[in-house]
Amino acid sequence: MTGPAPKPRVALFVTCLVDLFRPRVGFAAVKLLEEAGCTVEVPEGQSCCGQPAYNSGDRETAKRVARTAIEAFEGYDWVVAPSGSCAAMVAKDYPELFRDDPAWLPRAEALAGRTREIVSFLTDVLGVERVAATLETTATYHDSCSGLRSLGVKAQPRRLLASVDGLTLTEMTDPEVCCGFGGTFCVKFSDISTKMVGDKTGNIAATGADLVLAGDMGCLMNMAGKLSREGRPQKARHVVEVLAGMADGPAIGEGA
Amino acid sequence: MTAHQPTSRQFKKNVTAALANENLQRAMRSTQSGFVGKRAKARDALPEFDSLRDAARDLKNHTLAHLDLYLERYETEVKASGGHVHWAETAGDARRIVLDICRAAGAKTVNKGKTMISEEIGLNAHLEENGVRAVETDLGEYIIQLRGEAPSHIIAPAVHVTVPEVDALFRKTHAHLPADRDLSELPTMLAEARAVLRQKYFEADVGVTGANMLIAETGQSVIVTNEGNGDLSQSLPRVHIVLASIEKIVPTLEDAATVLRVLARSATGQEMSVYTTFSRGPRRAEDPDGPEEYHVVLLDNGRTGMLGTEFQDMLRCIRCGACMNHCPVYQAVGGHAYGWVYPGPMGAVLTPSLIGVEEGGQLPNASTFCGRCESVCPMRIPLPKMMRHWREREFEKHLAPAASRYGLRFWGFFAARPALYRRATGLAARALAALGRGRGRFAALPLAGGWTRSRDFPTPAPKTFMQQWKER
Ligand code: SF4
Repeated sequence: MTGPAPKPRVALFVTCLVDLFRPRVGFAAVKLLEEAGCTVEVPEGQSCCGQPAYNSGDRETAKRVARTAIEAFEGYDWVVAPSGSCAAMVAKDYPELFRDDPAWLPRAEALAGRTREIVSFLTDVLGVERVAATLETTATYHDSCSGLRSLGVKAQPRRLLASVDGLTLTEMTDPEVCCGFGGTFCVKFSDISTKMVGDKTGNIAATGADLVLAGDMGCLMNMAGKLSREGRPQKARHVVEVLAGMADGPAIGEGA
Repeated sequence: MTAHQPTSRQFKKNVTAALANENLQRAMRSTQSGFVGKRAKARDALPEFDSLRDAARDLKNHTLAHLDLYLERYETEVKASGGHVHWAETAGDARRIVLDICRAAGAKTVNKGKTMISEEIGLNAHLEENGVRAVETDLGEYIIQLRGEAPSHIIAPAVHVTVPEVDALFRKTHAHLPADRDLSELPTMLAEARAVLRQKYFEADVGVTGANMLIAETGQSVIVTNEGNGDLSQSLPRVHIVLASIEKIVPTLEDAATVLRVLARSATGQEMSVYTTFSRGPRRAEDPDGPEEYHVVLLDNGRTGMLGTEFQDMLRCIRCGACMNHCPVYQAVGGHAYGWVYPGPMGAVLTPSLIGVEEGGQLPNASTFCGRCESVCPMRIPLPKMMRHWREREFEKHLAPAASRYGLRFWGFFAARPALYRRATGLAARALAALGRGRGRFAALPLAGGWTRSRDFPTPAPKTFMQQWKER
């Protein structure tokens, strides 16, 4: 006799920007994971993935923060983040970060192998093909760089969005070109970043869509901030808000 | 005119100027999509393109692991064909060697095919200072020589110049031009440059070309061009000088063919460039034409210092330009902003290697790590990873600004203590949330001017996710 397969135990890696600026994205992620049959826990011991230090060349600080994350997320079947960028940091960069550290490398590699970005986790690991959400609007999807190029997230969000009732998805020109966020880049090289995000919002507006979606809060805050500064009508939301049927509250930059 | 005085240190200043330069912005807009679309088409048309990239990467890694061996073999072959090989450790050595050859040949004029090494060593200015005239024969190089500029792109040196600017330039410098002569299209411009240059081919005593590759087993050098100017520069003058850096070597003809198959597709989206020319040694008795003397100047200029370091992979670069064509930072500011010879992602890695991280350290910082460069690089060079290595070196050398160094350590202290981190970030967020109550976003924020000058900043949530999760 075989009982029902045990529910996968998933740790939600909330990520800094979701925690502080957009808690609803965390709740949307929990909802999607639970509906797909997971038991979701939010480990207390988590903070940041360490990317700000890693990308600034401060390996030691990055390692210190990464060790904290490794400890926090050990022992779960999966670790899932509503961010391609933070998920890629753990899944792709942790092994590189600890390449010369025999004590931590195996733990880093084990965590890397179990860490996923949320939308691709739903489709590629859990086999989710459609969601039960409704949203009457036209949206365009921006491919955030790390998700796209480090983790191969491209078709998955589009496939799930296609199952949202009432939603029309329209592609912008250059959806794969960076929005100019880049973590500290956007303040260190503010002029270049401004030019890049201006090109991006121009492409978003040209689609005539009402909404821009993406899988990373950094990019979304950048695009939303530019859209509102330019007085454009387009709103920005994290893709999981739409997939979870939670796109009814204020959009990014309009209130949490 | 040459790249002798780098301005990479003042990258930010260069950026401000570039963003305000309307002609530059217009020129960048008009070429941007062309390269990208053509490369994508060429890739799609060749199913084995990605496996060719693997093969190209592997053969170059093999070559770099045995670089001394292949360079020696190459030297032996060149000598056997009656040519000369000169080893130049530094840019100064290379300049001196070329000038000596020109002097020995009694040269007054040198014709040049396109070579980035010439830019790297500042050859033109050196020749001019010593009474030898250097004439660029590549259309783009010719244009920027007339403008007194350095190239802004490694394969399209005048990509920053608009068509009306070229028109005006030619009318000014080609005094014989009738006013109604149409120069509004590339072919007519090329014809005009050709007409002027044709005469110069016969006046030159020495021809200098670069090399896209050097083939160890045959002693050949390979150049690819679309205008055929390289062929004339190397076969008409009495003396031919090949100017190449040591990592241009590949073991066999077969290997050269592999690289050629990815090179033009990545660069311009062509299957092959219009001219692919092999040269080896001086003219033999039975040859109808060709130079009497054949010299190869092999430049190191810091490259052996990259071997065995985390920057070795950069030596696989075949200078196709795909990384800059796909780089949003390069596309925003153009090549001159980078302040030295090599722009874009490959320049951001190479410049600190060749002229020092103190001078070039800004460049690898000016990246969002979007990774588009690596995704198109035919040699699969992990460009973002190497830019990060430069940031690490800067950080170790204490070259990063103190505020950001201590800021990171301070932040790291909290981030490694999750409970504290949560309290600290929660407090900051709550303060900010209180400040922005009811507005949803900020139009200006103290300490965040880099963001809020051009964008609104969202108000943090009144309660963090972690708090809400606990209270649920
Ligand atoms: S780094 Fe790669 S893409 Fe850039 S020029 Fe070199 S070979 Fe081409």
